Amino acid sequence: MALTVLDPSSERSITTRALVERPASLRGRTVGLLDISKPRGNVFLDQIEARLVEHGAIVRRYRKPTFTKPAPVDLRHEIATQCEVVIEALAD
Amino acid sequence: MPDPSLAPLSDGVVAVLKRDCPTCTFVVPVLDELRQHGVLTAVFSQDDPQFPSGFDVIDDTDLRVSYHHDIDTVPTLLRVTGGVVTGRVEGWNQQQWQDFVGIEPLGAGLAPYRPGCGSLSVDPDRAIELAVRFEGSVLRSRRVEFASLEDEWEAMFDRGWSDGLPVVPPTPERVLRMLAGTSRSPDEIIATVPPDLVPVTVEKVAINAVLAGCKPEYLPIVLAAVAAACTDEFNMHGVLATTMSVGPVLVVNGPIRRDIGMNSAGNVLGQGNRANSTIGRALQLVIRNVGGGRPQGIDRAAHGNPGKIGLCFAEDEEASPWSALSHQFGYDAGVNTVTLFPGEAPHSIVDQLSRTPESLASSMAAVLTTMHHPKLVLGFDAIVVVGPEHARVFADAGWNRERVLDELNTRTIRPGSELARGVGGIAEGIPEHLASASLPKFRPNGLLLVHAGGGAGLFSAVIGGWANGTVGSQPVCTPIDSWR
Repeated sequence: MALTVLDPSSERSITTRALVERPASLRGRTVGLLDISKPRGNVFLDQIEARLVEHGAIVRRYRKPTFTKPAPVDLRHEIATQCEVVIEALAD
Repeated sequence: MPDPSLAPLSDGVVAVLKRDCPTCTFVVPVLDELRQHGVLTAVFSQDDPQFPSGFDVIDDTDLRVSYHHDIDTVPTLLRVTGGVVTGRVEGWNQQQWQDFVGIEPLGAGLAPYRPGCGSLSVDPDRAIELAVRFEGSVLRSRRVEFASLEDEWEAMFDRGWSDGLPVVPPTPERVLRMLAGTSRSPDEIIATVPPDLVPVTVEKVAINAVLAGCKPEYLPIVLAAVAAACTDEFNMHGVLATTMSVGPVLVVNGPIRRDIGMNSAGNVLGQGNRANSTIGRALQLVIRNVGGGRPQGIDRAAHGNPGKIGLCFAEDEEASPWSALSHQFGYDAGVNTVTLFPGEAPHSIVDQLSRTPESLASSMAAVLTTMHHPKLVLGFDAIVVVGPEHARVFADAGWNRERVLDELNTRTIRPGSELARGVGGIAEGIPEHLASASLPKFRPNGLLLVHAGGGAGLFSAVIGGWANGTVGSQPVCTPIDSWR
């Protein structure tokens, strides 16, 4: 007889969401840059910011309290409401 | 447990019997007397609906009525008032029966006392089957039915439930048996598990404890560990997602170690003891299966370590010259606790020549200064697992836990000039502006001491930690008994 077991997983299915269409240009767009608080992350992001500004983007900088924990909900909300474009990246 | 689908019993006196019980046969004439007095309203038989003959017997061979009315012994008389059981007598005791039904004499001429027999509803061979049949509805998890041609062990690998070793099929029977290890309700949510931030119930933890190979008596430790791991303080998200090699390391203190047969002696950090091997594994399977944390997924470890299958061990408190590790966290001796530490694989301290505590402390300190990197300090905690032969060197000199920790901390202070970036031709190191300071290897309370290991061998072990403090992870020591 076939064995019945209980599912040890979260029983969740992954939701897929369509990406927002890429903007043709960053000119006049607000771009969020999140520093995850790894050492020297600011050095890297300073360079990115300079390049974005050259392209006419408005850059807003954010910082997580620590790289070891997910960004707090309030910070994610702040970024979502203040920015049109987010560059998501990890640094190490 | 009341079952709403169960028809209420009719008011009056109800008897539950089985043919295969001499006392039940013995009391048939008495039941006949009760019937003649008009007080007997129903007779249930557990094994033969024809017994006792001449009565209007209700078939309870599926044991539903017996199970739900907690019949332990047959014969049992139940008094039913307004559909609710308000009293019961078990076995045959003439005086009790007379008092119970308010009729005297009853069973005149019969021996006044005969013990009853065990109810089939509490037969150990059937207990789990009945629990699943009548209480399986408390289990909320999705049922997964394997195909008849599927090998169940392979099927569980195929579904991604395994950490790479075989797992035990979590049948409803096994999960209910596991849940007997705690008084907590199966549907109680005990933590939010990273990285997917999934609320986890006692039941889901029990399922994963079955997978891991735990016994029910280990479950309270697993529950305590899951709850502790998922605190902001321990930061399981970071411990999982880090590129460093660490995983949760569990140290158990208190009498529960002995009760469940944990190893704190020879090969304490190795294989061969079921509790040691499965408790830490159950926690890791919860993180994997419920939280969704998988290697090369959100688990970004560059190398990991073999202890990430699950690393759990007990302190040898009985032979220890010191107070327990849990005492370092403020718990009294005798309190069952589990301490979670974000640790890498253990490595050895070999010193077979030191016979003075000063020499041994310096020896250990020399090894400790190299932990993770000789030029990195303060960022990582460590557990020092002191073997009995090393501990004796300290104990003979009267060094208590605090003294050993003080000496190790003092002896691991290094001049910043040796640690700065670039010194010794090594780029790694502390920032140059700290070069003029004297720097301890460990932050205050960053060293944890555990007494464990085999009785022969002048060795100890170090388990190096991960980013410490509020930036990363704090060791968490939590009591176990509230999870029993």
